[in-house]
Amino acid sequence: MEKEPLNYNRRKRVPPKALLLKIGVYLLLIIGLLSTILPLFWMISTSFKSQEAIFELPPRLIPKHISFENYINLFKQEIDFAKAFQNTLIVTVSYTIGALLIPAMAAYAFSKLHFPGRNLLFMLFLATMMIPSQVTLIPNYLSINFLGWLNTYRALIIPPLANVFNIFFLRQHMLSIPDELCEVARIDGANEGLIFFRIIIPLLKPALATLGILNFTGMWRDFLWPAIIATDSSMYTLQVALYTLFGQNQASTTFGVVMAGAVLVLIPLFLIFLAGQKFIVHGISTTGIKS
Amino acid sequence: MRKKYLTPLLFLLPSLIIIFCFVVFPVFFSLYISLTDFNVRSLVNWGNAKLIGLANYRHLLHDELFLKCIVNTLYFVVLMVPLVLVLSLALALLLNLPLIKLRNFFRMGFFMPYISDGIAISTVWYWVVSKDYGILNHILSWFGIKGPGWLTDVRFAMLAIVGLVVWRSLGYYAMLYLAGLQNIPQQLYEAAEIDGANRWQKIWYVTIPLLAPTTLFISITSMIGGFQLFTEPLTLTNGGGPMDATKTIVLFIYENGFRYFKMGYAAASSYILFAFIFIVTLFQIKLGEQKY
Repeated sequence: MEKEPLNYNRRKRVPPKALLLKIGVYLLLIIGLLSTILPLFWMISTSFKSQEAIFELPPRLIPKHISFENYINLFKQEIDFAKAFQNTLIVTVSYTIGALLIPAMAAYAFSKLHFPGRNLLFMLFLATMMIPSQVTLIPNYLSINFLGWLNTYRALIIPPLANVFNIFFLRQHMLSIPDELCEVARIDGANEGLIFFRIIIPLLKPALATLGILNFTGMWRDFLWPAIIATDSSMYTLQVALYTLFGQNQASTTFGVVMAGAVLVLIPLFLIFLAGQKFIVHGISTTGIKS
Repeated sequence: MRKKYLTPLLFLLPSLIIIFCFVVFPVFFSLYISLTDFNVRSLVNWGNAKLIGLANYRHLLHDELFLKCIVNTLYFVVLMVPLVLVLSLALALLLNLPLIKLRNFFRMGFFMPYISDGIAISTVWYWVVSKDYGILNHILSWFGIKGPGWLTDVRFAMLAIVGLVVWRSLGYYAMLYLAGLQNIPQQLYEAAEIDGANRWQKIWYVTIPLLAPTTLFISITSMIGGFQLFTEPLTLTNGGGPMDATKTIVLFIYENGFRYFKMGYAAASSYILFAFIFIVTLFQIKLGEQKY
């Protein structure tokens, strides 16, 4: 259940002024919501328009005839969209697993293990969060090039795993797990690996779900790094493929195919969003409070 | 002694390796590159890059395009951040009113664009603001306004990008504000009521001051995000057009680094971007220490 909202005006009988206010507020919100949703609706609507219908004047919000030609054409392009979808799925899923496991291990060391220099090291980790990714872009590209990793999955997955925010987030959650739990397990002879996998990880499931969703959707949308690393069209991710498609059809009558591509890119994001709503809300409210 | 370090080390090792290789080492490497004439020939053999001191930085300060990129980026930030703050606060206050049923429905609806960030949404926006066939100018025509060519007119192109970014991030920041609102103790409003405060006074004297930490967080995050503006102008205005009116610092880095392969020059400009973001972050730390 949601927390009861603040009572600006106590609700007894509804006087006319309050009724007016109520109508006004709802009207504002509905107009706002409609304009928020409109571009997305416009995308879907355009993707189902035939070539002639797209350039009809005045533009029609709902297509007169539903046409699937854009979706059919999408998979007939030079760029293999099915392959791009597969690449994105492989990269995003592998990245997400790594981006949960590796930071969780580090967070465990920073919250439940004691060693000299722990806080100093943690501060150094945090300090790296200040570095914008654009600064490391060029040297990282050079390293990947040097290693001969251009156009490989590992180049798309591994460098983005350097994610200190995830360590920070998981450490915060681990700190709220009582140390006694680990102590008891240690007395019973459990080693740290066992404690980590059997006690900490199960208790962290909600935090991991939140972080998993944030990382999955973040990686799915990532553009700059894959655009630099995946120069061969067989290694394109969806965002890179869509960008290329956009470049080819920007000014032409085939713009509908771009909108079909955008729908294809966004559907998985919306599905995850609907399934994981409560985790997203949780994640956002907790990142906001303690900045 | 060895035992004390071994277990933590094992847990930290993967993170240490990745962060060292892809964050710590590159930061210094980037600084070094920025002091060289690293170019397409050096790509084959790093030894071809010659140290040239601060020449790249000196050139940058006289490069009119780069200066224009800085101005454009600042213009974007100055427009976008206040809009985001005011609109997301207003939205959060509306959603937080006790008379709102379906709060969750509205909140999620407003959040939709945020989840769909990226190239996809830029292509959608391109089509929304298209001069003749876009839905925006069509709606404006109902009110007798003849919409401009948003993306082809030097005066409007950046505004179209501001519009996209504000539209996309509004729901997210409103959610942060909503979380902040839920943390304000009810008694404060009651106390204000006893003192005879009306609805607006309560918002002005209780809500807004108590939301200051959230406001600070949102201004800093959106500012840092604003300095890194890239995907939107890359797509919407084909890399910063018309007449470089929407070219940003990150676009400049991208073009120099990966189109002309002037890596040394690009690295130097990335360090200037770093300086901007660093100043903003320091400001946040200072403000945060002082008040909260």
